[in-house]
Amino acid sequence: MSGSLARSLREYRNHRAGVVGLAALLLFVALAVGAPLFVTARDLSAVYAPGAPRQPPSSHFLLGTDAYGRSMLAVTLWGARISLAVGLLATMMSVGIGSLTGIVAGHFRGWVSTLLMRVTDWFLVLPTLVLAAALASVMHRGIVTVIIAIGLTAWPGTARLVRAQTLTLEARPYVERAKALGAGDWHVMRRHVLPNLTPLILAQTTLSVSAAILMEATLAFLGLSDPTKVSWGTTLQLAQQVGAVSAGDWWILLPPGLAIVAVALAFTLCGRALEATLNPRLEGKG
Amino acid sequence: MTPALLEIADLRVTYRSASGEVPALRGIDLTIEAGQKVGIAGESGCGKSTLALSLLRLLPRGARATGRICFEGEDILTMGWGRLRAVRWSEASIVFQGAMHSLNPVRQVGSQVLEPILLHEEVEQAEARARVSRLFEDVGLAASTAHAYPHQLSGGQRQRVMIAMALACSPRLVVADEPTSALDVMVQAQILRLVDRLVTGQGIGLVLISHDLSVLTSTCDRVAVMYAGRIVEEGPAAEVFAAPRHPYTAALVAAYPRIGDETARGKPGGLAGDPPDPQRLPAGCSFRPLCPVAVAECERLDPPLWPAGAGRQAACIHLRPSDVR
Amino acid sequence: MSAAQLAELRHTFALDKPVVVQFGDYLLRLAHGDLGVSFQYRTPVLRLILEHLGATVYLVGTATLLAAALGLWLGARTAWRRGGAADRANTAIALTLWSVPTFWLGLILIVVFAVGVGPIPGLFPTGGISAPGVTGIFPVVADRLAHLVLPCLTLVAVLYAQYLLIMRSSLLDEMGEDYLTTARAKGLRDTEVLRRHAVPNALLPTVTLVFLQLGTVVSGAVLVEAVFSWPGLGSLFYQALTVPDLPLLQGLFLFFSASVIVMNLLAELLCPLLDPRVRTG
Repeated sequence: MSGSLARSLREYRNHRAGVVGLAALLLFVALAVGAPLFVTARDLSAVYAPGAPRQPPSSHFLLGTDAYGRSMLAVTLWGARISLAVGLLATMMSVGIGSLTGIVAGHFRGWVSTLLMRVTDWFLVLPTLVLAAALASVMHRGIVTVIIAIGLTAWPGTARLVRAQTLTLEARPYVERAKALGAGDWHVMRRHVLPNLTPLILAQTTLSVSAAILMEATLAFLGLSDPTKVSWGTTLQLAQQVGAVSAGDWWILLPPGLAIVAVALAFTLCGRALEATLNPRLEGKG
Repeated sequence: MTPALLEIADLRVTYRSASGEVPALRGIDLTIEAGQKVGIAGESGCGKSTLALSLLRLLPRGARATGRICFEGEDILTMGWGRLRAVRWSEASIVFQGAMHSLNPVRQVGSQVLEPILLHEEVEQAEARARVSRLFEDVGLAASTAHAYPHQLSGGQRQRVMIAMALACSPRLVVADEPTSALDVMVQAQILRLVDRLVTGQGIGLVLISHDLSVLTSTCDRVAVMYAGRIVEEGPAAEVFAAPRHPYTAALVAAYPRIGDETARGKPGGLAGDPPDPQRLPAGCSFRPLCPVAVAECERLDPPLWPAGAGRQAACIHLRPSDVR
Repeated sequence: MSAAQLAELRHTFALDKPVVVQFGDYLLRLAHGDLGVSFQYRTPVLRLILEHLGATVYLVGTATLLAAALGLWLGARTAWRRGGAADRANTAIALTLWSVPTFWLGLILIVVFAVGVGPIPGLFPTGGISAPGVTGIFPVVADRLAHLVLPCLTLVAVLYAQYLLIMRSSLLDEMGEDYLTTARAKGLRDTEVLRRHAVPNALLPTVTLVFLQLGTVVSGAVLVEAVFSWPGLGSLFYQALTVPDLPLLQGLFLFFSASVIVMNLLAELLCPLLDPRVRTG
């Protein structure tokens, strides 16, 4: 097992984009975790903001100030915390729901599978944003709502993938043998299917995080998150509300947006490299 | 002196892979005269299909071919793209193995046979279509079959379509790569008789690639036996298999069961191992590790083809002429 | 607003009845084609949807056609020359665009091309579908087009990358197939092999996937319309979210879902035209 892990690591190193993505990710996580060291509550206060509102970059505020007069550098740095946390938690929820649905739909045949796949297909074709936004708008506004709205809408892709892989795994001789020897459903799913699904689920998780981060920013921009919490999405929403767009205040729009692009891209690159490492058949196609 | 229909000289093909260069053909020399039917025998992985593809320079990217493949005096490997496209199919065509996948699944088979005619010849649509109908009749298919899609046809019918397609532009050479391997035995025989009849009737040269020795014996004038990317024995078809001169040919013949041959019954035939990994070929003769008659010198000498009787040659140290050291 | 007014409002919208009864009523009215009345506009939801439908179809239709044409063309080209510089560049651009939030791209395009940055003057309007008081055929057409450029560009940018990646992977799946070797052996040029043989085979999986992804088109349209104040269904949805105007949200949600499902059914009808294997089952 450790041998195959070492081999996977070595192979991952061959994907240059994946290595760059991973390095960027580690940097972002470090910045998010270390943000309290650089940013104080006063920096983020809307009332006691340290500068004048909407000032272009200067030597004092390297990235300028936002609509309240807060440093864009501090706001962007702090925003990484909410964006990453929401992205990760929502992904855990969606991948969890998706994997469970996929395994169950793949293991059991008959009406259980049919019903689950119908529901999955239904969710798959629906416009995710519309669904998540509608869901978030009828619940109490806040971070938790956003996480739940993303988690409940982003799972069908994972479910389809996991089901397909489960079907392949269950057709393997050793699983057939275990079943013939009288292994229970729970035993087969937990001992034989789940361990072999882990690489796929890992890659799928990494790819899903970028979608979740994008969705978080979008829902926040639509005003469905908690506007008092500083995230990249709420920063952009605030910018649009105060007319920063029509005034051409590019320095308020660029940092949070570029941060979203960078993080989402980093997760995508890592996910693709993982996928290629764990599933050699795809190599050269990605 | 007119040049031979096809003259292959020292053809070498290597594939580039993640783990380095893999030699697939290691110096092939073969000459085919106009109208001649030559068989290529050997197990899977010996380079037969690589040979078929390189004859029209169809090798995948990442493959490198050196040497000469002279088609009526012109070298296929060095000719310009325009000339090469003109030679392809109009002068030499290929019947691929497994007609299942060699036909485009979303186009009617008739239009696929029509395509090379319109591409290579200045003919009217209607005339070309009439020719497609004649071709279909020649290969024993109803003219209406032209409107079918590949998945609607049986394996044998698809292979007949492939043959009709191969003959569409009246080529001088047809390369048939395992044309019958995916078919029922009865259908195999029909298809072979068909190929034989059409090729002989029109004086077309044929390169027939097969692992099936009886197929080669019944159809071909001459055969070449390949092992690990080289030709190890060559000569008239009936003689080569009746009295092999190379130990590999002998093993191949022994491994091939013949119905009604009492002496072969119960006798273990074939080889005690797999052919060598092309990336780790043994030094000297590549057949040495499996050879029942190997001697110490085989480790050092990779023998070229030496004369082995009238019109025959084989690459074995036991055939070394007395004047060669 | 006084308590009495509130109670009256709740009664008008039947919010004083139990939820189950409300839902039952809703379904019953839905069966008669009645989507209820918007809280915000005091207008039947169905009428609002029909009023705003045209603008959305105009924007989304144009953008989808452009994005599909661009994506499929580039996807075919990159797959054919896979591993080359163009392939890597295109894939990189596609991946980056996939990581760009739609609304942010819209905002940036507004700042750069509508407001103007530095030496760049504002070239296009910041939003809306047309300017008031424009008359004459040519000025009206020019005005309409000028308003269409930026929202359409945003939508194309977020959609085409997806189509490119789908086409590329469908084609790569076909690339090793034997019939392509046959086609090359016939003496066809590479471009002809691609156009006549590879693309027709890759089209079926591509079209199926493109239709499966229609949900993202709707999502993209909502955001683009919200950012550019495009008077279509997306803006309607955006406004309904902020209230929240539940009957309107419900109606729009139903409408969006139904249209995606109808489009998928259309795709299933379209498939046999593209692939004879599906035709005979």
